[in-house]
Amino acid sequence: MNRIRLLLFLALVPMLLGQARPRLVPAVDQEEIEIIYSFTGSELMVFGAILYPGGRVPEDPVDIVVVLKGPEQSILLREKQQRMGIWINAAQARFRSAPAFYAIASARPMRDIVDERTAAIYELGVDSLQLSPASANPSEEARRFEEGLVELRSRNGLYIEQPDAVEVTEGVLYSARIDIPARVPVGEYTAETFLIQDGRVLAGEVREIRIGKSGFERFVATASAEHGFFYGLAAVILSLLLGWIAGAVFRRL
Amino acid sequence: MDIYLPIAEISVNALLIILLGGLVGVLSGMFGVGGGFLTTPLLIFSGISPAVAVASATTQITGASVSGVAAHSQRKGVDFRMGAVLIVGGIFGTILGGFLFLELQKAGQIDVVVSILYIILLVGIGVLMIREAWTVIQARRTGIPIKPPARRHHPIVASLPLRWRFYGSGLYISPLAPLGLGFAVGTLTVMLGIGGGFILVPGMIYILGMSTRVVVGTSLFQILFVAAATTMVHAMTTHAVDIVLAVLLLIGSVTGAQIGARLSTRINAEWLRLVLAALVIMVAIRMALGLGWRPDEIYSIEIS
Repeated sequence: MNRIRLLLFLALVPMLLGQARPRLVPAVDQEEIEIIYSFTGSELMVFGAILYPGGRVPEDPVDIVVVLKGPEQSILLREKQQRMGIWINAAQARFRSAPAFYAIASARPMRDIVDERTAAIYELGVDSLQLSPASANPSEEARRFEEGLVELRSRNGLYIEQPDAVEVTEGVLYSARIDIPARVPVGEYTAETFLIQDGRVLAGEVREIRIGKSGFERFVATASAEHGFFYGLAAVILSLLLGWIAGAVFRRL
Repeated sequence: MDIYLPIAEISVNALLIILLGGLVGVLSGMFGVGGGFLTTPLLIFSGISPAVAVASATTQITGASVSGVAAHSQRKGVDFRMGAVLIVGGIFGTILGGFLFLELQKAGQIDVVVSILYIILLVGIGVLMIREAWTVIQARRTGIPIKPPARRHHPIVASLPLRWRFYGSGLYISPLAPLGLGFAVGTLTVMLGIGGGFILVPGMIYILGMSTRVVVGTSLFQILFVAAATTMVHAMTTHAVDIVLAVLLLIGSVTGAQIGARLSTRINAEWLRLVLAALVIMVAIRMALGLGWRPDEIYSIEIS
């Protein structure tokens, strides 16, 4: 399947060679990632070709960076502090929109590819995310909360940097593998591919990806969200039934 | 064997969850506790969000207690009249508990309040039980005859008006006392995500002075109804009941509960009580230390 797509791709490449700026032609191996009962994570492959004006591959090496970014959430971040010997939630900050999932794949560490300013503009790297705390002044405190959020999500495997996940062949073909953990939140994602040379972003392309539950998992999730009463009733009946069956079985023993 | 939980949105090892359910089930059958005070923290340790852990644990408690109630009622170990009074109190308590929970959650202080409540309750109950069990064991060892089982209810209970006869429990007391006890336990059920058996059982023995023969069965009977009501409340408000998680826990716990109920008739009651007391105090110590230690995660996320 992937190989067929790749071949199709190569066949089309010569037709697209006539422009002035390099272009990216990306594709993903799964436009929809389905979560089923045995889901323990997945791997998304983003691949494609770099089209240079006139088909000439430049002498300076280029970098490909792929960013997979997931549903934006509005979140309240609470911070524990020690008060009278015990740790309690003492401070909080609101983030109007922070991605629930962020993974960046490159061939080498991001700090070797772009400078801080460019990284901030294109949100390249977990430390360069624009998390937009609701209070506009970028104070010491806001920065502390931002770091706290990034650290927490990094530890939970939701903000990932993979500095060895991209391969560029002959300066033309590229492929990136992004590990998707089992606890990935469902929703709409974007896979952005960037072409970078000498610290400048030359081209960028976006593909959309949906991560969703399917079959039984989707049925359960919708039932729980939309028919709470019947879902609860089903849960209670099911638990009573299981309990009763066990009782009945053991009485025979 | 990893399995994906559709509401918790993570994968867990199914066998591990079943084992966890089984362990809690044995305790449930032996001591008449729902076991929520163990299930909930253990689920949270395995990476499930607190809301889902609390809500799914109540579903599991429902199933585990039906199995226990069946086992105990077969041996006439349930005082249904007493149970009904406790349930009425419990349902009112659930409403108050739900309200308090929501307010504290808004203020971001629910975790700390829950921990402190746990510690106070567990230490109090644990010490009470150890003292009781120890006097009996000590008396037996020294050969001094134990006073005839001093099954007396608390003086305040005796002073309440409107007395009813509770034949199963061998009591003639005002229903206001069990009503109040049920109310207190119902409140804590929602607040702490537990069945409340480990408060109810000592309450029945030390405050109401019920016959120990019916204590465990009646406690499970009350827990069954209050846990079922709590499951419904969670399913309709927090939408955090994970039915797959609950079924896995149930498979373990309904089996465990049967084994536990059988064990309880064979093991010496005083030692049983001592073991439960030690368990209760261990959990309390762990929680108290947890409050003072620097937590692993300083930050917590609430999606709004």
